[in-house]
Amino acid sequence: MKLFTSARIAVRALRVNRARSILTMLGIVIGVAAVIAMVGVGAGATERIQQQIQSIGSNLIIVLPGSISTNGVRLGAGAVVTLTTDDAKAIVAECPSVALAVPTVRGGAQVVAGSNNWATTVQGVTPDYATIRDYTMLLGQFFTTPDVEAAAKVAVLGETVAGNLFGDVNPTGQVVIIKNVPFTVSGVLTPKGQSPTGQDQDDVILVPITTATQKLLGANKANARAVGGIMVQALSPAAMDQAIDEISALLRERHRIQPGSEDDFSIRNLTEVFSAQETSAQVMAILLGAIASVSLIVGGIGIMNIMLVSVTERTREIGLRLAVGAKRTHILSQFLVEAITLSALGGIIGIAVGVAASIAISSFARWSTHLSLLSIAASFWFSAMVGVFFGYYPARKAAFLNPIEALRYE
Amino acid sequence: MGAIITVTNLVKDFRLGEVATHVLKGISFEVARGSFVSIMGPSGSGKSTLMNILGCLDVPTSGTYLLDGVNVGALDSDALAELRSRRIGFVFQQFHLLARTSAAENVELPLLYTDTPARERRERARRALAAVGLAEREHHQPSQLSGGQQQRVAIARALVNDPALILADEPTGALDTRMGLEIMAIFQRLNRDAGITLVMVTHDPDIAGYGQRILHCRDGRVHRDEAVDHPGDAAADLAGLAPDEDAAVERSA
Repeated sequence: MKLFTSARIAVRALRVNRARSILTMLGIVIGVAAVIAMVGVGAGATERIQQQIQSIGSNLIIVLPGSISTNGVRLGAGAVVTLTTDDAKAIVAECPSVALAVPTVRGGAQVVAGSNNWATTVQGVTPDYATIRDYTMLLGQFFTTPDVEAAAKVAVLGETVAGNLFGDVNPTGQVVIIKNVPFTVSGVLTPKGQSPTGQDQDDVILVPITTATQKLLGANKANARAVGGIMVQALSPAAMDQAIDEISALLRERHRIQPGSEDDFSIRNLTEVFSAQETSAQVMAILLGAIASVSLIVGGIGIMNIMLVSVTERTREIGLRLAVGAKRTHILSQFLVEAITLSALGGIIGIAVGVAASIAISSFARWSTHLSLLSIAASFWFSAMVGVFFGYYPARKAAFLNPIEALRYE
Repeated sequence: MGAIITVTNLVKDFRLGEVATHVLKGISFEVARGSFVSIMGPSGSGKSTLMNILGCLDVPTSGTYLLDGVNVGALDSDALAELRSRRIGFVFQQFHLLARTSAAENVELPLLYTDTPARERRERARRALAAVGLAEREHHQPSQLSGGQQQRVAIARALVNDPALILADEPTGALDTRMGLEIMAIFQRLNRDAGITLVMVTHDPDIAGYGQRILHCRDGRVHRDEAVDHPGDAAADLAGLAPDEDAAVERSA
């Protein structure tokens, strides 16, 4: 008998017991829909974190001053200023795995423009900072290297600052007063949104590092060239570890640290820190998918249950089919096709429901979901397999009925 | 005319744990091609078991059964299924029609298992239904048919594969006299006109008398093999019955 005939017999049987078929299918529908929606939510969360990580900048290494220990008392990182702009220049010049290095200083300041004022963070940086952090300009331009050399009083505003100080007015060319020093606004940064740690990355003012140390944040008494940190971009993700080793060796040499003594700086691989978050999001996605697949398995057991009932109920029919010449394989394929039809049809409807649910979740809960063709194809395939797996036992039971007893079954 | 059925020293034991029940204790007989044989006997005489073996639904413990020269005892379950679908038609006491399935589709059922194309299936089902006088009812479901009509659909189903042999197990057991006679009339006509061999189990001596030969079974043996000198004519007996009101209503409907 051809598969088509099996399918026709199966579809007939399913149509005859319509309500039961629909209820059985519902189990698979919910299972598949749950898998698709949950995998979508999980993938969406992972994607969002990946975007946030990208917003920080790629291949980032941060070099912070301190911690040093004096007579056994260990001070926290940054407690003692040990890094200088010269260190930053040396890192670019002498570490082959490093693409860029930007010295930074930062401090809080009350900023005034006209009748508005706003408390924000002022960062002193060099123009390479825009490259490292992957900043683009919404309006105007970033300040230039000559600006840095001349300690020019120019500022680049984050979008949050621009909004609070100027509202809808274009701030480019306007004056902001930071700690009583007037600065000309050269541009506004394209907003980046939240950082992976939840900080508003647009609530910032960038000024040339020379201007910051000399005029705003107060020069360090001991070392006028001291900086709060150095932000380094490695050449590639693969070069991260190599870059860290090179920086470490270079700084130890420059700072004349004896072998065996502790570093007076610390180096952090930012990407590593945030990839931990990405991993946790992926774990959550897998967990969601796993929980959803449980419901798919429960749906499969529902199919098995119904198929067993159906075999018992149709014992005499099976006996008759065997008597009029059906082989065991005919009966086996009939019931197997019935189970697969239920689960595959349920799978298709489940995909539709799951896709709709994902779209609903992302629009109502404002939670980004990500539908992948792979997850859709996988759950359809899985649901069909559920039919094969849970349909096989009842089908086998039907196929190996004794025709004489089956015909006599009341 | 050779024998279509040759049974030699047929033994069937059923084993329930340690205890073996001897149901058939050495049965031997032949059925000539084109004959109409009735099998009678009390419950427990082994006639149902004999029918199951004749129908290739069961195999004997020992002894041989040749159906059309094929030794059935040597076949596996697929070969038995093949034999059932090509050589044998079954008619049961309980009809065994598929519910919520039209008469035509019920008749088509055996053809599903012989790879018959759909067009030919429909054509042959229509012819078989016409042969039992139900050409008009092919789209009716069993629940819309009388008992006699249901049994006639079942006979059409048995006929559809052009079998050499029809086995009927108490075909009139669930029917009243009139319907029983209708069935017997069809059987006699098929036997006489189409040359189909019929083997029928029955309790009813009147029904058995429409065959040409009666095998009396008792205690697992053929107790008596009786030739019927003047088999009844079911069609004539049916015509002789007083007009039936239900049937009249049905005819007018």
